[in-house]
Amino acid sequence: MLDDRYTLAYKLYPYARHADQNAGKPVRHPVVVMGGGPIGIATALDLAQQGIPVVVLDDHEGVGMGSRAICFAKRTLEIADRYGAAKPMVDKGVVWNIGKVFHKDGQVFDFNLLPEEGHAFPAFINLQQPYFESFMIERAFELQKQGAPIQIRGKNRVDNVTVKDDHVVLEIMTPDGPYTMETDWLIGADGASSPLREMLGYDFTGKVFQDSFLIADIKMKSNNFPTERWFWFEPSHGSGASTLLHKQPDDVWRVDFQIGWDIDRKEEMKEENIRRRLDAFLGDDADYEMVWSSIYTFQCKRMESFRHGPVLFAGDAAHQVSPFGARGANSGMQDVDNLGWKLGMVISGLAPESLLDSYNSERVHGAEENILNSTRSTDFITPKSEMSHLLRNAVLELSEHYEFARPLVNSGRLSVPCVYDGSTLNSADALANGPDRTRPGASCPDAPLADGFLLPKLGGQFTLLAINTEVPDALTVDGITATTLSLNTKDDKSGALAERYLGEAKSAVYLIRPDQHVAARREQYDENLFRAALKRATGKE
Amino acid sequence: MADLTLTPNIASGDDFYEELIEAHDGLSKEDSDAYNARLLLVLANHIGDREVLSAAISAAKRKT
Ligand SMILES: Cc1cc2nc3c(=O)[nH]c(=O)nc-3n(C[C@H](O)[C@H](O)[C@H](O)COP(=O)(O)OP(=O)(O)OC[C@H]3O[C@@H](n4cnc5c(N)ncnc54)[C@H](O)[C@@H]3O)c2cc1C
Repeated sequence: MLDDRYTLAYKLYPYARHADQNAGKPVRHPVVVMGGGPIGIATALDLAQQGIPVVVLDDHEGVGMGSRAICFAKRTLEIADRYGAAKPMVDKGVVWNIGKVFHKDGQVFDFNLLPEEGHAFPAFINLQQPYFESFMIERAFELQKQGAPIQIRGKNRVDNVTVKDDHVVLEIMTPDGPYTMETDWLIGADGASSPLREMLGYDFTGKVFQDSFLIADIKMKSNNFPTERWFWFEPSHGSGASTLLHKQPDDVWRVDFQIGWDIDRKEEMKEENIRRRLDAFLGDDADYEMVWSSIYTFQCKRMESFRHGPVLFAGDAAHQVSPFGARGANSGMQDVDNLGWKLGMVISGLAPESLLDSYNSERVHGAEENILNSTRSTDFITPKSEMSHLLRNAVLELSEHYEFARPLVNSGRLSVPCVYDGSTLNSADALANGPDRTRPGASCPDAPLADGFLLPKLGGQFTLLAINTEVPDALTVDGITATTLSLNTKDDKSGALAERYLGEAKSAVYLIRPDQHVAARREQYDENLFRAALKRATGKE
Repeated sequence: MADLTLTPNIASGDDFYEELIEAHDGLSKEDSDAYNARLLLVLANHIGDREVLSAAISAAKRKT
């Protein structure tokens, strides 16, 4: 009745009967998160750190086996750092910068992510998804011990949902039988095949790609591949129409073979057949152990709207992308970053419910950007018409000799944070000649300061960042306070702060949201204008 | 922004046309197609201007 749908890597929250199940009548909670994947757990961390009680319900008792995601972007690490979970990720993760692209047997070119100096976190790390998830779950337990109101209930499967005007009723199945619970807000973080979406009858539309990929995670006994991303188009070993090789921690390598649409899954998944492909690729003398394998097909789809009254969708439940570009979990983390503070303020009565509509508009904007990029990569990697195949190969052939064609090679456009251009929460850019990258809507780039880095100092509340100019200690409007962080470029040894936040301007004042996105900026402080900007950024205009 | 030139612009057109045809001499249909694709990309990069390229993409669609 409550069978596992997948094998667990770590059993972290075994089922335990909760008092709610004996209450006799449904207990009401402020927030319930349906789904304890990376996005659900991150949501819980965000809310619990704000002191908002949150219950996560998952139909399993821990983290699933098998690493789906392996590439985690800087922005994800910065967000996880706000939740106190980034350090173990970086300690365990593999940092990589070099990528090589091959066509048939020859190398076409290589690239260096050339990470910019002056950031606390690397551009990317590779880390198995089960580690990523369990570090966040361990952080949740740590917060729990410190008294934070966070619960994770294993083997609690949500079977039915009724949406009322101002709350939601959940029917939950457990090993002890069913119980009913109520919640003011429900977060749907129940993954790409979201049962919640189904129960409520919302569409999930987009494009399904007619191809499949075989993933094999292998542990190399003789480790002779470097820490780089290698991508082959039409490799001559013939094991796939494309092949990707990428390193993970623990001497594990991800190998991805593009194997076509009309395949016999069962046959392909036999170890001997996977090994045949691997041997053709790695050579017969390669000595490896198989860790995990899977066949996946992919799609780029999203819900029309991520908010339906008291129900909010996040992560794969709201949108799904093909894996090229690592925009799945990385974009889900941006959902959480965006939703957490807004929901917190609404629940605390500091902001109107309509603030949550900006979660929908900003993150739909993000999802569209991710879908666009992932679709383009997929079309390049798996061209579907004869002519697109021809043009794709022409690009590859030219890039071997001519630099101009290299930017057209698309083996995945790696995840970068979305800029909320045109968001209703932004105030018009009033910093003449300010850097484009820190315009209203952008997420703040990190910068080294005299004592540590900038982003941790922005914390998780509104901040008035003043550079080379005076501002009051704090600005409070209707109970919401923006605290001041005053900096001077005299202390900016590397020049990164000036380059990223001033550009040609002599001074600047930034209003920065709790998710570290810029809401407003101008050269000098002006109380009325910043009051208006703070109101606008909290949906009061 | 430059407009797409749709009036004669190649000094000795017949020469150019001959050279273009000759470039395909001896190529199989497959190699010829691949060559055309490469040539197209080289030319497109030389033009560079996104609006001119879009104008060219739609101009070439028109058959009559
Ligand atoms: C091959 C592959 C490679 C990928 N590579 C990357 C990458 O490199 N980088 C990246 O960022 N992303 C990558 N992704 C995407 C990434 O894995 C997903 O985006 C991410 O797992 C989404 O997290 P989630 O929490 O939204 O959903 P999920 O991880 O799917 O979690 C959903 C949770 O909800 C639970 N649940 C479901 N139904 C119920 C119910 N009725 N009641 C209670 N609980 C329920 C499930 O058990 C599960 O724990 C990849 C994906 C694939 C398939």
